[in-house]
Amino acid sequence: MSNRASYTEFHPRWYRRPISTWWWLGKWTYLAFILRELSSIFVAWFVIFMLLLVRAIGQGDAEYQRFLDRVDHPLVVLLNLVALAFVIFHMVTWFHLTPQAMVVRVGGRRVRPRLIAASQYIAWLVVSVFVLWLLVGG
Amino acid sequence: MSAQTEPRKSRPPVEPFLWLGFTSGGALAALFAPILLFLFGVAFPLGWIDPPDHDHLVAVVSNPVTIVVVFVVFSLCLVHAAHRFRYTLYDGLRMQHLNELIAVLCYGGAVLGSVASAYVLLTVA
Repeated sequence: MSNRASYTEFHPRWYRRPISTWWWLGKWTYLAFILRELSSIFVAWFVIFMLLLVRAIGQGDAEYQRFLDRVDHPLVVLLNLVALAFVIFHMVTWFHLTPQAMVVRVGGRRVRPRLIAASQYIAWLVVSVFVLWLLVGG
Repeated sequence: MSAQTEPRKSRPPVEPFLWLGFTSGGALAALFAPILLFLFGVAFPLGWIDPPDHDHLVAVVSNPVTIVVVFVVFSLCLVHAAHRFRYTLYDGLRMQHLNELIAVLCYGGAVLGSVASAYVLLTVA
């Protein structure tokens, strides 16, 4: 093991059972946790993808058409399908986590967790419809 | 007060702000990423919906409100992703011994990405 022993003033280093790098493969809930955490890669990809789009828009019509052609490639579509699945997973887990992290009280009574989750889905729907309208509607 | 009773100087509290960026970025990613990835990654390429023409997109993206909103969404999404990925490597893949390096790469990447976002957005405007 390459673990460096570090000095602490409070206690001696205790013995910890070494945990495998692949500990999360044993149980579905552990795997779901790692998949949820790995959604961060696809959130980052989402930003990079959008930056490439905005850059192409800024460079003129020809460059924008080239961007659309590249995005047509089956491998890029596949990558974006995987990314879409991960960001939807992120969205669902995030919306269900919020009521557990945040207790909202109205008039001294706790707002039901389901209501908080539902209000976020409504916000998501409003944003999605607005983006759709802004880009392709009207 | 004598000098020796003064509390030891602690590092400025950075963690709370990182967690604030993480949560707001997570919410923005949940709101904006699905529809945008669906449109530009799936629906336009597969021909389900006709993509908007260039003039329309220039009009949308060069609007000052869009520039501010898109910049905030992009940079906070990057902070969110950096923070979460850092802890994925740290807890999930047991890379505690590389903590400093991972933190520098993750947050450094988010900062670079935010600067790139500002640059790209301002070139369209």
